[in-house]
Amino acid sequence: MNFFARLYYRVRKSWKAIRLYLVIAGPGIVVMVADNDAGGITTYAATGAKYGYHLIWFLLILIPVAYYVQEMTVRLGAVTKRGHAEAIFDGFGAFWGWFSLIDLIILDWLTLVTEFIGMTAALGIFGVPPWLTVAAVCVLMAVIVLNGRYWTFEKLSLLFCALNLIYIPGAFLVHPSVSAILREGLIPNFAGGFDGQLFFFLMANIGTTIAPWMLFFQQSAVVDKGMLEKDIPWGRFDTLLGSIVTVVVAVFIVIVTGTVLPGIDIDSAAQAAEQLMTTDRYVGAFLAIGLFDAGLLGAICISLASSWAFGEIFGWAHSLNTKIRQAPWFYASYFFTLVTAGLVVLIPNAPLVLITLFVQVIAVTLLPAALVFLILLLNDRKTMGEHCNTPAQNLVGGFIVVSIVVLSTLYGITVMFPNLIH
Amino acid sequence: MNAIRNFFAKIGDVNRRYREPRIEMSGAVRLSLMALRVYLLALVALMVYKFVLLLTQG
Repeated sequence: MNFFARLYYRVRKSWKAIRLYLVIAGPGIVVMVADNDAGGITTYAATGAKYGYHLIWFLLILIPVAYYVQEMTVRLGAVTKRGHAEAIFDGFGAFWGWFSLIDLIILDWLTLVTEFIGMTAALGIFGVPPWLTVAAVCVLMAVIVLNGRYWTFEKLSLLFCALNLIYIPGAFLVHPSVSAILREGLIPNFAGGFDGQLFFFLMANIGTTIAPWMLFFQQSAVVDKGMLEKDIPWGRFDTLLGSIVTVVVAVFIVIVTGTVLPGIDIDSAAQAAEQLMTTDRYVGAFLAIGLFDAGLLGAICISLASSWAFGEIFGWAHSLNTKIRQAPWFYASYFFTLVTAGLVVLIPNAPLVLITLFVQVIAVTLLPAALVFLILLLNDRKTMGEHCNTPAQNLVGGFIVVSIVVLSTLYGITVMFPNLIH
Repeated sequence: MNAIRNFFAKIGDVNRRYREPRIEMSGAVRLSLMALRVYLLALVALMVYKFVLLLTQG
């Protein structure tokens, strides 16, 4: 009897914890899965095709890297009730504030263009014309954000996050060798030796895992959701779960292309999907659907990151819990960013490849600044109180930030001067 | 015209509101911000160099 009573108590307690988590869940998972955007999918597909399973271990290392960085935004948002843009303005003054805001707006817009490139290419595989994709995406995103509730936006985004898992059944369809994955993928190794090209791929994978907009998005989402200091442990769990999911999805993409397209140079995920179509129609279709979903999720989050940042600084109402009449500038900036980025993709002969490269270079100017500000703000004991970084957190966070800054800078430089790595 | 004037007035407001950094400017903070400035200047110089290269090489 005692056993059953205890079992009943534990089940009830666990169920209560799950229900509580489902209320808090959102920003961490959404931002992490959205990080597997169109550019990210391309990078993972190219990594798998080029190096097979050999870099899976490296992707797994990125779980704690992504978690440590994003976890800091949860604490900062929950304690200060300010988005990252406002926190930078307030903490470091107008100069650094404007620098970050303008850089973020440019970078977000360019990244949004790359999401549209991915989405139009993905649906193009099914014969959908680009103008129809752009129009449908704009309408869909209007439906998602214009309902006047953050909760609805978040739960719809979580639905799209679930669709991102499509790569997992896709990987099973290509029948990879599990023993080869374990043997080649989980033991740290550099296939074919450590050369410039491998280094470029490693940097590209880091670059897609930590993007500047993610810091701004998650902190603003934590504030808009109304998370409090007592919710920080759940926010941490949410972020950890998100970072695991995002890397698991990345690993399965690597498995798909590593199994079916080994040794092939891939320029875009759409190209990988087209090639996969010739070997397995369903796997190719899965990759294309996943690419569209990734672009859509990325587009939703990136355009919101910009609009939240604008609202925070200009003092406009900037919550998804407001109707369009209550926050006209917030929604106007959201749709302006969205529609203009979509239109660029429709311009004949637009320099889309140049834009994609430019995103990586601009990201290098914003990412180090945003990360340095993050660490400094987390050490402001006056504001953060008991949630201030501990020496151990500073050590780990500092090491990760310095590593990301160095590697992303090298990545940006190699994008600008590709001959350096040959 | 009025909208543009309002927009610039708003920017002025923001500049006034955030004129002084609120965070305590300890040695570590100053050093970090200085390093960031140097880093960004170096990066901008590289970008300008690349731009000039693109122009001159067609």
